[in-house]
Amino acid sequence: MRQKVTLNVNGQRHVVEVDPETPLLFVLNDELGLRGPRFGCGMAQCGACTVIMRRQVVRSCVMPVSAVGQEEVTTLEGLGTPENPHPIQQAFIDEGAAQCGFCLSGVILTAKAVLDVKPDASDQEIRDSLGGVLCRCFAHTRMLRAIRKYAEAKRT
Amino acid sequence: MTQSRRDFLKSCGAMIVTFSSVSGGLLSAQGQGPFGTHPSHIDPSKLDSWLAVGNDGVITAYTGKCDFGQGILTAQSQLVAEELCVRLARVKLIQCDTSICPDQGTTSGSQSTPTNFNSENLALAAATAREAMLNLAAKKLGEPVENLTVADGVITGASGRHVRYEDLIGNKHFDLPLNAKAKRRFPADWTVLGKPIPSLDRTALMTGQFEFVHHVRVPGLLHGRVVRPPEIGATVVQVDEQSVRNVRGLVKVVVRKDFVGVVAETQHQATLAARQLAVHWSPGPELPPQKDFFDNLQKQPAHDTLSVNSQDVDARLADASKVIRARYTYPYQMHGSVGASCAVADVKPESATVWSATQSAYPTRSIVAKLLNMAIDKVRVIYVRGSGCYGLNGADAVSFDAAILSHAVGKPVRLQFSRQDEMMWENLGSACAVQLRAGLSHDGRIVAWDREDWVASLGNRPGYDQPGNVITGMLLGYEPELPKPGSAKPPTGKFRNQSNTVPSYFAGCIAGNCGGDGTIRSERALTHNVRSPFFTGPLRSPLRIQNTFANECFMDELCAHAMADPVAFRLLHLQNSRVIGVLNAAAQAAKWEARPSPKTAVSGRTLSGRGIACVAYEGNNGYSALVAEVDVDMETGTVQPRRFVVALDCGPISNPDGLRNQIEGGILQGMSRALVEEVTWNNKRMTSVDWETYNSLHLDYEMPTVEMVFVTPPDVPATGAGETAITVTPAAIGNAVFDATGARLRELPFSPQRVKAALVESAERAGKL
Repeated sequence: MRQKVTLNVNGQRHVVEVDPETPLLFVLNDELGLRGPRFGCGMAQCGACTVIMRRQVVRSCVMPVSAVGQEEVTTLEGLGTPENPHPIQQAFIDEGAAQCGFCLSGVILTAKAVLDVKPDASDQEIRDSLGGVLCRCFAHTRMLRAIRKYAEAKRT
Repeated sequence: MTQSRRDFLKSCGAMIVTFSSVSGGLLSAQGQGPFGTHPSHIDPSKLDSWLAVGNDGVITAYTGKCDFGQGILTAQSQLVAEELCVRLARVKLIQCDTSICPDQGTTSGSQSTPTNFNSENLALAAATAREAMLNLAAKKLGEPVENLTVADGVITGASGRHVRYEDLIGNKHFDLPLNAKAKRRFPADWTVLGKPIPSLDRTALMTGQFEFVHHVRVPGLLHGRVVRPPEIGATVVQVDEQSVRNVRGLVKVVVRKDFVGVVAETQHQATLAARQLAVHWSPGPELPPQKDFFDNLQKQPAHDTLSVNSQDVDARLADASKVIRARYTYPYQMHGSVGASCAVADVKPESATVWSATQSAYPTRSIVAKLLNMAIDKVRVIYVRGSGCYGLNGADAVSFDAAILSHAVGKPVRLQFSRQDEMMWENLGSACAVQLRAGLSHDGRIVAWDREDWVASLGNRPGYDQPGNVITGMLLGYEPELPKPGSAKPPTGKFRNQSNTVPSYFAGCIAGNCGGDGTIRSERALTHNVRSPFFTGPLRSPLRIQNTFANECFMDELCAHAMADPVAFRLLHLQNSRVIGVLNAAAQAAKWEARPSPKTAVSGRTLSGRGIACVAYEGNNGYSALVAEVDVDMETGTVQPRRFVVALDCGPISNPDGLRNQIEGGILQGMSRALVEEVTWNNKRMTSVDWETYNSLHLDYEMPTVEMVFVTPPDVPATGAGETAITVTPAAIGNAVFDATGARLRELPFSPQRVKAALVESAERAGKL
């Protein structure tokens, strides 16, 4: 059954008419035309669909849109723009921390979320937070270097 | 080339090179073709097929080699900018659109660089265009070519008068063939090529703006899902359409022989319908038990290929002072793309367009035409990047499936595979067993080496006419490619290393001509091709990684028996200067300590060791040597790599930053494959079908450091590079574990259980001695 659902995404309010059981990911991709969160597994196993809600990372492929409520949803494109990237995005740009880049929502948003909550998180803590995030191109080293660079800049 | 000509080529390097970090225009695959070029006239021998200069001064180039994240879009753009002496930002590269790009087959096999960066194709086209415009300018300015200089597309004569490229040829055809004599710019003079220019897709990727094939949307788009059989070989008995009657938005249940799919108005509805659709399948055949899979593999009827056979190995082994035997096994592994594959197809009565992440745009066009019974020139395949593929992932099958669904409903359909659709039905990297025997002389040299391998294969890339090579075709009733019959007769003609079947230490002699990389003249390499129960296909370093794992670990065994240093012992049996070059460079960079393995008199819970492995990829398509340093936890059997040092020779380097990214990713991917990756199954079906059941090292893994040195001999052509370092990674790790512990790992992956078993076996053997 289609229903009107109001969503707050990347600072904008949207009203969409969808089945409330629809996964948030499909609404972000198909109704709002967003490209940051992507379908990787549909089972919350890889992180490609990651968004931030209540300062925490959420796997949008398994969250029904009806569960979002009035919470602000932030996607990868909600952090910054090509002209004005967020500092963590800039760190990834500077380090060239990707190959295919499909996994980036999980990597960047998870790292940002952990450092927002705990700015002095150790390398080990940052890595632990990324335990459910998968990059099959294995750009791991550059990604962790970019995250470290961002974390250091944030602290100073 | 005259000196003045050389000076000219240099002079265009004096310009200031800038580049745009925002690459908007470069990311669209929908450009206008070379002006007025008809699809059927994309003749690769003509300059206009490769390159066009617009009235606005933009250089549009067309390539059949596409970027999946390996950086070839950036490198090819650099190539065109370099040869044409323009800023990188003026180059717009269109990749793999069958209506406007030349047919370059498949982007695979580490062939993009050798194909497009040496003396043919895109490189030659760009060089031809530069010379053609110089000739036009010479006429226009009334000065000899030798007097002309060029900077950013402006040609200036000695008189100071100048003319722009677009004034000479803007929006016009060159009407010229590629000129085989057109001079390439010298690597020493490069100002754009050879520089670590940031990949052009970077900003769009990091800010979530990049368009993947998953994002392609066209008006009136519907959404599809496929419903695959529960097991390979199962066939449709009945599809109960009533079972999805209540799914809102359902457009159609599509059944074509054993192909089943659904189309609905939204992704959610399509997902629900696919989950809910009741299909009665006949059971497939029993699968061979995984436990003794390799023993059975070696008993199956085989089609044999002899790569090299000196016909004296048995005699030489009988005379040897010591004969060493071993068997190595390599499991099925997955491409396992992070994003489940996706494609969009818009099939109309008279034409079809498919947006696809395939590595094979033109072959995909042919297969789609065949499946839709449509003329080839009515089908257009537009490449749009998908999730990293590392070979033949689900991108081809999903493109065929999308076309079938769109054809069935007469509307554009976007098809998204589920995780299980992707993993259960992909063309896996082949499982392989290698049986080796070699003899050592009294003075510690290898006197003979005999090698047999058994490779499980079924299907392959579909090419231009074999849809049965992937799951879609099989479901539609097409036959897969089976292992090709071989004669097992003594080889003739030119020596080939056959996917690195032949170790680098073989002399590779056929009728007295020795084309191998080594010195061992008593040599035999025989391959048995066996039918696989699962689909197989090229996975990064196909068969090269399997063969090199066995060859390089066995070499290490021989070395240990000879009580020699692994570097020195390899050098003793090599004659290829480029393999020798990378081996020495890696050893030097790693501060390799010359001594035999394993270490002696060590104790403690964690033991450390180092190992080395080297390869001439396919004999001549890139050279690498890798030193691995690992820790082994003697209680848990966990192997933890700490440091890799790689030396690589791939000839002149187009983009050092892109190369580093590829090499680093390749080594770490190779490490994941060596340590944890293995397809599993029970008697009915594959059981590794998602990220809980197929292991991959996630981002929490403590990654080792990776150090790189590049060896670039003068005056050599560019080779492939993306598959070279991964090829030696499992062997280098296995050899390092041996060095640390004395335990030899002959089965991949090196799971803690296998390592523990090898440690126990090694301790028992030591106890007996």
